[in-house]
Amino acid sequence: MCDTCGCNITDGNRFLVSPGGRLEQTADGRAAVTVLKGLLDENDHQAMHNRAHFDARGILAVNLMSSPGAGKTALLEATIDALGDPSRIVVIEGDLETENDAARIRAKGVAAVQIATGSACHLDAHMVHEALHRLDLEGVDLVFIENVGNLVCPASFDLGQHLNVTLLSVTEGDDKPAKYPVMFRAADLMLLTKTDLLAVLDDFDPVKAEQALRLVGSAAPVLHAAPRKGRGIADWVAWIEGELLAQRERVRAGATRRPTVQGEGARLHAADPKHGAAGHVHTHDHDHDHHHHHGHDHDHGHHHDDGHGHERRPGGDS
Amino acid sequence: MHELSVCQALVAQLESVSAANGGGAVALVHLRIGPLSGVEASLLERAFPVAAAGTVAAGAELRILAAPVVVQCKDCGAQTEARPNRMLCGSCGGFRVRTVSGDEMMLESVELDLASPAIAGIG
Repeated sequence: MCDTCGCNITDGNRFLVSPGGRLEQTADGRAAVTVLKGLLDENDHQAMHNRAHFDARGILAVNLMSSPGAGKTALLEATIDALGDPSRIVVIEGDLETENDAARIRAKGVAAVQIATGSACHLDAHMVHEALHRLDLEGVDLVFIENVGNLVCPASFDLGQHLNVTLLSVTEGDDKPAKYPVMFRAADLMLLTKTDLLAVLDDFDPVKAEQALRLVGSAAPVLHAAPRKGRGIADWVAWIEGELLAQRERVRAGATRRPTVQGEGARLHAADPKHGAAGHVHTHDHDHDHHHHHGHDHDHGHHHDDGHGHERRPGGDS
Repeated sequence: MHELSVCQALVAQLESVSAANGGGAVALVHLRIGPLSGVEASLLERAFPVAAAGTVAAGAELRILAAPVVVQCKDCGAQTEARPNRMLCGSCGGFRVRTVSGDEMMLESVELDLASPAIAGIG
């Protein structure tokens, strides 16, 4: 057997490397197979399946990502209160250990499944699929997936969600998008949380945080909230309800939507762009028309800490 | 450290590539990884032998091509390299850019050992 004279090619494998065969032979006698598949192909396939589950029921699935302690669970608690009807919502909680977060959600009357990932730093599509089998999705409008608190790994795994929301609490620093570009590029909405603390923090500038988001190539809208104080929740819930309507439009049109960035060429969007929040549909080539370098002539990123909330159409720039 | 999960997914793909192409051992794996993919090449290299142990890919060499971050400007049309946290046109400085490359996490090709016993058994 050697790699120079071809004696390693047997009758059994010659068809693979002969002219017109599937494989080419390399100089050192190996078979070269062109694959050209994403490394997470299997995960993406499962994610597509999860998304089809959601779409078949007209459900909007939202993946919440942030560092630990940014207030994802507090946001969900406030969201449940604001939406009023617990039967519309189910929650999938991801943490390394404990049922604590699921218990907080269940205390609000909402069905929740806790995924204890052990040592895994992120949720993947298979874990979410298993969790979905433990939930009754009958009559449900919204599935919230609270990812493991981590600004790195969760960004790489499609779970089957329609939207990614990245929370940035104002105690963390306004340069977080510059430090974690992959995570913030994945956001369909950046939600600044704990904004009631801005009054006592002198080192977090929401304008800088938004500029950092623009510099990673994101046109995502920015909202402000202080869920524990009930502030900004009206705007956030209006965004969610608008996106739910957009999801229903997509389902009617036989379309679906993948979150920002993940699998750029493969996203489908609502057929009807004139519908309210469907204006949030991103152009696929990230055509960022906002004017972040000269101020506030765009409609994302202004403050609603006091929850007075006017009608807004996040992402109306696209 | 989600690189181990990524490597486990990679090894599963390598096993099916091998099985579909005669069952030979995986000798060489070409990946293309961009900085916007969220995985770190050096960590993949360390995680790969762990994930591949005891599989058809055990002992395979991993070659990772680092894909550059490239953006195309919607205003001036220039294609330039950018940084993950500074996605601006390198020519005119504009921010209306399309990401051309940099988010790849791709298994490009695999080289299988034809001389492996599994293959010899086919004939």
